[in-house]
Amino acid sequence: MESTPRTPPRKSATFDDATLAEIRRAASTGIYDIRGAGAKRKLPHFDDLLFLGASISRYPLEGYREKCGTDVVLGTRFAKKPIELKIPITIAGMSFGSLSANAKEALGRGASAAGTSTTTGDGGMTPEERGQSKYLVYQYLPSRYGMNPDDLRKADAIEVVIGQGAKPGGGGMLLGQKISDRVAAMRCLPKGIDQRSACRHPDWTGPDDLEIKIAELREITNWEKPIYVKIGGARPYYDVALAVKAGADVVVVDGMQGGTAATQEVFIEHVGQPTLACIRPAVRALQELNMHRKVQLIVSGGIRNGADVAKALALGADAVAIGTAALVALGDNDPHYEAEYNALGTTSGAYDDWHEGRDPAGITTQDPELSKRLDPVKAGRRLYNYLKVLTLEAQTIARANGKSHVHNLEPEDLCALTIEAAAMAQVPLAGTDWIPGKVRF
Amino acid sequence: MNELDQSAVGVRGINSTLQTLPANTNEKHWVVKNPKGQHNIAVGLSAPLQVEINGHVGFYCGGMNQHSEITIHGHAGVGTAENMMSGLVWVKGNSSESAGATGNGGLLVIDGDASSRCGISMKGIDIVVGGSVGHMSAFMGQRGNLVVCGDAGDALGDSIYEARLYVKGKVASLGADCIEKEMRTEHIADLERLLKAAGRKEKPSDFKRYGSARKLYNFSVDHADSY
Repeated sequence: MESTPRTPPRKSATFDDATLAEIRRAASTGIYDIRGAGAKRKLPHFDDLLFLGASISRYPLEGYREKCGTDVVLGTRFAKKPIELKIPITIAGMSFGSLSANAKEALGRGASAAGTSTTTGDGGMTPEERGQSKYLVYQYLPSRYGMNPDDLRKADAIEVVIGQGAKPGGGGMLLGQKISDRVAAMRCLPKGIDQRSACRHPDWTGPDDLEIKIAELREITNWEKPIYVKIGGARPYYDVALAVKAGADVVVVDGMQGGTAATQEVFIEHVGQPTLACIRPAVRALQELNMHRKVQLIVSGGIRNGADVAKALALGADAVAIGTAALVALGDNDPHYEAEYNALGTTSGAYDDWHEGRDPAGITTQDPELSKRLDPVKAGRRLYNYLKVLTLEAQTIARANGKSHVHNLEPEDLCALTIEAAAMAQVPLAGTDWIPGKVRF
Repeated sequence: MNELDQSAVGVRGINSTLQTLPANTNEKHWVVKNPKGQHNIAVGLSAPLQVEINGHVGFYCGGMNQHSEITIHGHAGVGTAENMMSGLVWVKGNSSESAGATGNGGLLVIDGDASSRCGISMKGIDIVVGGSVGHMSAFMGQRGNLVVCGDAGDALGDSIYEARLYVKGKVASLGADCIEKEMRTEHIADLERLLKAAGRKEKPSDFKRYGSARKLYNFSVDHADSY
């Protein structure tokens, strides 16, 4: 007699393996999961956009013979000394403390060789970074760790950080295991304790106060330095408008794919908007205030290749910033250290426990022995190479769309592969003239 | 004595004059007339000057000061002497919220009252308040001393690190991880020095000391309810 057919085991889509594992981990430890990097979930992104290329109505530029400019000037609104960069790709803020001194030096070396800027982070300015960075943006953060007027005047620009894409509305945490003597001294705190970074600035609230704060920074630096305002991808339309109102020279908008040194997984994956969703509202705010191209817009969060750069610029950004990709270029998550990643319970490409300070690549650590693994000269060269490739790729796309400068790329050069991306980027769905949310007449 | 009239030269004129004086200048004594509550007066000074401001000032007066002695003959707005590195800022009247915020060094004296968040994230500054301070004062205070001759508002020293707090009057409530601590000989001496520097007549023995219990220095889920 035939046996009764049994229903095969079926796993829940809602309670999938990762979800079950997290429930077990939470039940075991009683604490939320902390990690580095940005959102890992699948999100509408630049991959969901395509360039149209040249056609009868637009003719292309010769790939190897006709010039395609990439320079950008940041801080033209009020600053006496705007920053003139060769490429529209900057290095995002990452702190000494979260990164090793060698890593910070390598970022400075690579960025300077490519003619672009790098940025300090929560923890102050190191001599290594200042010495190796032709253009250094000094972050002004709620914690004010390491903040002093001498370094403020050494900077080429000042970035007032309101938030970041990985955790808009959140502060920071540098766990005790990364607090070396040097990091502790720079932050005026005891060695080995968890260092919390506040989520709000201690001496201003709201856009009216921010305007006064920006004026103070200008007064202290003789109105020379461009003042950036960095916001996480929360309410880009309103936040950009308020940043402009407060007197920003440059606005940095960081989407949720942008990385962090450490915060709660639930924060990274569930707060903020994707980078793609942030750009057009930010540009619209600038356009409505007649400030587009007068207040420069830098977009960050998930920029990986020259196509991403070109797409961000086409949507209206003046420049982009890279963080995670820059670390990978230095050597982060390199398969060369696979055995050591395995020993940490992970694999290359997935290692994100940057807060623990045990990075085999010597980048997200303060361990002297691990830090030695990163040669700042060689790593700086890798970053330089990578920045060159991004630039060449963006130029390739710009020429194919008939542009003699990457800033001439425009939304009309793009179409979208998905309805979601079409709605967010406000470009037509491929094969149609339909832009979701726009009324057709 | 040199004069700067804010009505005539503006804040930019005041700051550009005072900021460009060399450390060994002979023109050390300056008076600012007609401040009219303007923001950012005498910020970013780095020479050992004596600056007297005759009137009320707005936000951030004396911000990031290095070496200068700035006296405000009036009331002060938000963030007085914010991030001061060294020197002296003396408010003869009251000061608004976040006075001495993130200060690394120097002495801030407020003869009258200070508002909320006085000494927030202080990193080594000494602050003496003749009157009372508002809520959340010395929040996340890292280093330095906050002396309050009057009362303190709610959540004094919330999430405090190594800053030392001395209060003569009542404390409405202590913040997370802030406790009353023993007043030892070295604290009495420290307090005596600070009171003297601020021209105060109070006795150190009348004050109580508060500081960190250090239970929240490394995160533990068992302390999560403290936040």
